[in-house]
Amino acid sequence: MKKNLSQKGENKASVPQKKNSGNREIVVLTYLMTILLLSLAVYFGYYLTVRSSLVINSTYNKRSELLENKILRGSIYSSDGEVLARTVSDEMGTSKREYPFGSLFVHVLGRYTHGKTGLELSENFNMLRSNINPVVKIANELQGKKNPGDNIFTTLDTRLQKAAAEALGSYRGAVVAMEPDTGKILAMVSKPDYDPDGLDAETWDLLTADEQGEARLLNRATQGVYPPGSTFKILTALEYMREHKNYKKYQYDCTGNDVFGEVKIKCYGDSSHGLVDLKTSFLKSCNTSFANIGMTLDKGKFRELCDSFLFNTELLLPFSCSQSSFVLDKASKEEELPQTAIGQGKTGITPMHNAMITAAIANGGILMKPYFVDRRENAYGETISKTVPSEYATLMTKKEALQLTDYMKAVVESGTASSLKGTDYQAAGKTGSAEFDSSGKTHAWFVGFAPADNPEIAVSVILEEAGSGGTYAVPAAKKVLDEYFKNN
Amino acid sequence: MLNLLVEISKYILIINILLYTLYGFLIFGYKNKKKQNRGFLKQRAFIITIHFIGYFILFLQQKDFMLIFLYLGEVILFIVTIISYQFVYRNLSRLILNHMLMLLMISFVMLARLSVSLAFKQFCFAASALIISLVIPFFIEHFHQLENLGWLYCFLGIGLLVFVAVFGDEKYGAKNWISVGNFFSIQPSEFVKILYAFGAAALLSRAERFKDIIKISIFAAVPVLVLVLSKDLGSALIYFVMYICMLYIATGKFAYFGLSLGMGCIASCVAYRLFSHVRVRVLAWRDPFAYIDNQGYQIAQSLFAIGTGGWFGMGLSGGLPGSIPVRESDFIFSVIAEELGGFFAVCLIFIYISAFIMFINISLKMKKSFYKLTAFGLSVQFFAQIFLNIGGVIKFIPSTGVTLPLLSYGGSSVVSTIILFNIIQGMYVLDQIGVDAVEEKSKPKGRK
Repeated sequence: MKKNLSQKGENKASVPQKKNSGNREIVVLTYLMTILLLSLAVYFGYYLTVRSSLVINSTYNKRSELLENKILRGSIYSSDGEVLARTVSDEMGTSKREYPFGSLFVHVLGRYTHGKTGLELSENFNMLRSNINPVVKIANELQGKKNPGDNIFTTLDTRLQKAAAEALGSYRGAVVAMEPDTGKILAMVSKPDYDPDGLDAETWDLLTADEQGEARLLNRATQGVYPPGSTFKILTALEYMREHKNYKKYQYDCTGNDVFGEVKIKCYGDSSHGLVDLKTSFLKSCNTSFANIGMTLDKGKFRELCDSFLFNTELLLPFSCSQSSFVLDKASKEEELPQTAIGQGKTGITPMHNAMITAAIANGGILMKPYFVDRRENAYGETISKTVPSEYATLMTKKEALQLTDYMKAVVESGTASSLKGTDYQAAGKTGSAEFDSSGKTHAWFVGFAPADNPEIAVSVILEEAGSGGTYAVPAAKKVLDEYFKNN
Repeated sequence: MLNLLVEISKYILIINILLYTLYGFLIFGYKNKKKQNRGFLKQRAFIITIHFIGYFILFLQQKDFMLIFLYLGEVILFIVTIISYQFVYRNLSRLILNHMLMLLMISFVMLARLSVSLAFKQFCFAASALIISLVIPFFIEHFHQLENLGWLYCFLGIGLLVFVAVFGDEKYGAKNWISVGNFFSIQPSEFVKILYAFGAAALLSRAERFKDIIKISIFAAVPVLVLVLSKDLGSALIYFVMYICMLYIATGKFAYFGLSLGMGCIASCVAYRLFSHVRVRVLAWRDPFAYIDNQGYQIAQSLFAIGTGGWFGMGLSGGLPGSIPVRESDFIFSVIAEELGGFFAVCLIFIYISAFIMFINISLKMKKSFYKLTAFGLSVQFFAQIFLNIGGVIKFIPSTGVTLPLLSYGGSSVVSTIILFNIIQGMYVLDQIGVDAVEEKSKPKGRK
């Protein structure tokens, strides 16, 4: 009421000057509204100068063909300075994408025609941006000349890539090599492959028809989902260590085969390992012992561990990746445990994911975000942007990582990866011979890193249907590691 | 050769609009009449140049002779408007007239680029609105009852909105269209906006007691609620902002403004929790790329267009507006930014600011409370529409689905905006010929 009265009073008092009333308020609000409109212009400018380059580099943006009329697509380089992809135009002005290394890098670089993939897709707009002097740019445009796009410098090393491709030989499979402390992908090979140079309609039809069932278009490193086999024992061992503080006292008597519930498990090649502890089980890759370990594990917690190790989620990589899967959970039946514990059963993993887990162990438990592009340069060779290594996730404690490293060293020293023994670089790792059907044939796996005490490189190798990991995958990995330490 | 012309035209267009915009602000400072006149004439020269180059490039690209007729029709429309308006609106604000023609012209060019038939329809809408507007000054001068009809505006407006909310059609998720015949539909909320400004001005200028203000505010809230329920969030927001600003001017009490703003915030939080269509907008705003397949699609495409165009644009016809949803209306700003460039788009924002400041100047000069409030309310409406539209398409704020005054395609939108411009223009004329003197005489009779 009081308010009411006073307001009345004010109104009366203001009657004589009513002519100007409201103007002060109008001015106040006008300032406010003008500032809001100006902020539109400021935000617009901010978006164009700072944000837009990140935003438009999306596969949903359909404008790359328009930009290619104005910009000569940038080249892709390897870390050792070789051209991996470049665009050349002839006198007629028609341009063509060339790949000097042919099929060697096809899965990681991707292709330019027939639907872009790989880095050609993820770096598409970055190569269609020309960060040269704006005056030169306008002058070029007015002369009808294309401006040179920015160049991409990858983390890939041609020597290592070649070694990896040779290591796979005639087998189908994949190799991933990465730097554990940065996340740089040094090499990524998937076989079989195809030549992206001059990919004509006929070749393309053959590739897509895929009558031999080779899946040449598939990047097995990121899209191939394989049973992890014994490489999975790394996670089983880690889960056992987490659930049992006195894991060092574990003991089991291996007779070459055993029955768990109703599931019969046997060791590779029917060998019996005798009395083993956790370390020996690991280095001999003893299936029965690990099945025995598996039976003691809490299914819910095991699931949690695998989920935290990025199973069942999409990996944050610049191009398409299959999800690794781990289906065991609280509700699963006991009988699934023994197979799951030795990396058989329903578990599936991509070679890329396996490399990431290995790199995390090598890096004291911290997984660095894998990346392929080290920096972008303009046509003058000035750096436009450089990738700063970043953490992806902390997968385990430093202590756990060191314990696993110790076991993985033993695998090389006196276990299944003995072909790596005696090298100058002292590798550590884990083999795997993954059964994929009832034929008894196995995929040969090896994941590992070197030097064991100060890791510089982590590798993940799979050779499809080759045989045992120790016999086939370890020598292949050795070729890659040898090449790396020859150069570094 | 054609590409070369498109490239060159890009820079000429930017230079033209930059200079035009510059004059839009310099003129405020000119005291000398002659200097002012020259400024306005130069502005018109820039309009003519941009118009000609725009159609020239479009014709080279499309080779459609309809474009020549359209171009000539527009030139005639502009000339006729300039001449007839100088007679009907004696001493009109030439700045506002120039801005109106500039924005209309850009809209014509961009729509002709998207689709000649859309451009033709827009031309017809604009032409009829410009003709209808010739009677506005007559109305304002001779109908002194305008300010006494507060409750009539109020009930008419609410009635119309409720009618639409019940019998209207849904378009782009909002139920705010009325079909007349088969292929003609209008959006009454665009016109009720003007009625709302008149109603609020008429009622608030008379309100003396706190009780009156409460009563008026309750009635003012009804249209806002009706609009929220028919999912036309943009219009609801425009009405709301317009009212609280007018309330502040009428009462001079910042507390009312703050209080109603606070209530508005609470109401929007409630709306956020209650209505999924509100949440969707906010979600799509915060991370359009995470929802790029559905809710975020529009904004993402708009950002792609603006970002790919860069500061200088892809050149007229050089972009890919086909990928932007609602390109001819709500997202026309992105189409302009993509093809004519970021500099051009920023100039448009400044042209709007210049028009807005001129509107405010007019409302400051008005002596009669009713006219002052109406002019101010309409200016706020103009401001809110620009802010919501451009802010939405550049992801500064969540998108609310409102049209961009004079640039967006749409009969209701362009006609109501032209009327808005001309009502303010009419009031400016009224103020200059000293109608207040006339008003003074009629006042004693009008007052009890």
